[in-house]
Amino acid sequence: MELRVGSGRAYAYTGGKTFDPALPAIVFIHGGELDHSVWILQSRYLAHHGCAVLAVDLPAHGRSAGAPLTSIEDLAGWIVALLDAAGVKAAALVGHSMGSLVALECAARYPERVSRIALVGTAFPMRVSPELLEATRARESEAHLMINHWSHSALAQYPGNPGPGFWVAGGNLRLMQRQRPGVLHADFAACNGYASGLERAARVKCPALFLLGRLDAMTPARAGRDLARAVPNSIVKTLDDAGHNLMGEKPDEILDALVEFLGA
Amino acid sequence: MAAPRSPQFETLSLHAGQRPDPVTGARATPIYFTTSFVFRDADHAAALFNMERGGHVYSRISNPTNAVLEERVAALEGGVGAIATASGQAALHLAIATIAGAGSHLVASRALYGGSHNLLSYTLPRFGIDTTFVDPRDLRAWKDAIRPNTRLLFGETLGNPGLDVLDVPSVAEIAHAARLPLLVDSTFTTPWLLRPFDHGADLVYHSATKFLGGHGVAIGGVLVDGGTFDWEASGKFPELTEPYPGFHGMDFQEESTVAAFLLRARREGLRDFGACMSPASAFQILQGVETLPLRMERHVANTRRVIGFLSAQSGVESIAYPELESHPDHALAKRLLPRGAGAVFSFDLKGGREAGRRFIEALRIFSHLANVGDAKSLVIHPASTTHFRMSDEALAQAGIGPGTIRLSIGLESPDDLIDDLSRGLRAAKG
Repeated sequence: MELRVGSGRAYAYTGGKTFDPALPAIVFIHGGELDHSVWILQSRYLAHHGCAVLAVDLPAHGRSAGAPLTSIEDLAGWIVALLDAAGVKAAALVGHSMGSLVALECAARYPERVSRIALVGTAFPMRVSPELLEATRARESEAHLMINHWSHSALAQYPGNPGPGFWVAGGNLRLMQRQRPGVLHADFAACNGYASGLERAARVKCPALFLLGRLDAMTPARAGRDLARAVPNSIVKTLDDAGHNLMGEKPDEILDALVEFLGA
Repeated sequence: MAAPRSPQFETLSLHAGQRPDPVTGARATPIYFTTSFVFRDADHAAALFNMERGGHVYSRISNPTNAVLEERVAALEGGVGAIATASGQAALHLAIATIAGAGSHLVASRALYGGSHNLLSYTLPRFGIDTTFVDPRDLRAWKDAIRPNTRLLFGETLGNPGLDVLDVPSVAEIAHAARLPLLVDSTFTTPWLLRPFDHGADLVYHSATKFLGGHGVAIGGVLVDGGTFDWEASGKFPELTEPYPGFHGMDFQEESTVAAFLLRARREGLRDFGACMSPASAFQILQGVETLPLRMERHVANTRRVIGFLSAQSGVESIAYPELESHPDHALAKRLLPRGAGAVFSFDLKGGREAGRRFIEALRIFSHLANVGDAKSLVIHPASTTHFRMSDEALAQAGIGPGTIRLSIGLESPDDLIDDLSRGLRAAKG
């Protein structure tokens, strides 16, 4: 569905169901240079199991308008504005990669608006190497190939997102290529520039789930566990044979963990 | 930090889409000979049916062996996914039927495989889908043939019978300017020789019966989605961008930004038309795909040797092969097909139909049959077989001469192939 967030048009996938703000709400926040479709299986399942789902396209991504926001703090503010626009008082936030930092920031700054957070493929600091950051600015297509290579743990999934016969790495690459020029650098610069992760983590009061890939080369599981230790009420699950694209490579395992954590 | 190198074509040919079986440790891809798959519980069943979980339900819709083939070919083509079908013709039909219906119009190259030509000329009009055929080299004709109800442009990477090289970048540009996708039959070139997505095509299909399998034992097709075409921005494809009552009101483009076409093709096309591939065939074709790079190199090398030989023979009137400077698409082939222009070509014998018949019957290594892309070398003389009822004038209109011979060069010793052709040429002289 479409919402007005601030002055911009925002899109959120509602899982194939009409959005009902009276139901327990879950907001899915995608990672850099991606869109809502990375969450299709998980968001569709939860929407059909009693939840009000908003799998958002962040500003300038996918179907949402506007310019890309350039800091995790601004993205967190945008998520809260989206909750306002959707008539949601409080929601569970599920974020991947850049989206996980947004969920963390939201939980720390707006505790009354966030009931739980699930951070998938996360780490702090989420530094980007100078070479990759420069590539995201000046050589997007080359950066896409690097990111895609580092995001996958294997040449096969059983099955991946969205199902059998889909080549997960190919789909992830095309999705990045579909985003508008400039979005990639804005996203990666936002991750690289986020400095207050540990301080924010200490302020998180709600339950937090960390879903990490043992073979993640973008946000190494070790750095994810370091962040989890800073969150008072956190659970960590590390998935074997999984890289950074956890929803692509392990869609069922991610869904099962979310269902258990969210009590859906 | 050094930029990583993604797995190369040869590696993907062997590994993409498959890991050792997690239950048994089997290294080779198992053949999952089962029609259906057990649900964990009622909720799991409902989730699979509603596309809330990815998994297998019934082998007409998906099968683990087929999925390996689908993902492997998608990886080799640089696509987002694929669907294995009962044949190449089933793949073509699935591509068209997913985005066209009664009242739709297609623009197609007139240099097509006969079966495809029949489908477009005679069969689809019965279902309200019309086609305008154009000279594939005439870019103006492609553009002029597009109508408001056109849904697809379609051609073969190497056309039949003259090996017209499809100018994929230019035809794709024409298609995209009209907010339409370009579908390409890439059977003769395989992804080893040409990856149409790299040049602007949006959908690719193969008769996997040919070079992908390579052994001539299994019929099959594969339809690949490049994930590049923006169906939403086009505005011409409500099948993909509006709720579909036939599948839970799903808006496929909303579900998958990059794979809406494939989702509908699988959820509707395989479900309703049912032209799925047997997992046994998928296994057999996978055995071929594993060695595709090696075989294609040898196919092309042998073809070049054979063409070098034929070019020097007095009994040969002409040869149609894009690597020859005499071919009208020579420059285009150098640009699009640097690894080679395939292993199927035609040449004209002096002496007409009778010479052609004598030539064919004298061959001992080349097999006289109606197929191409086998590891074994194949030959056919259209004027005395597939087109024997046609007059010389009618043959000429189809681009076929009375002495035209089509060869599909296999993997035998090129010296032996040349000996065999020498035998045929001596016999042709009478």
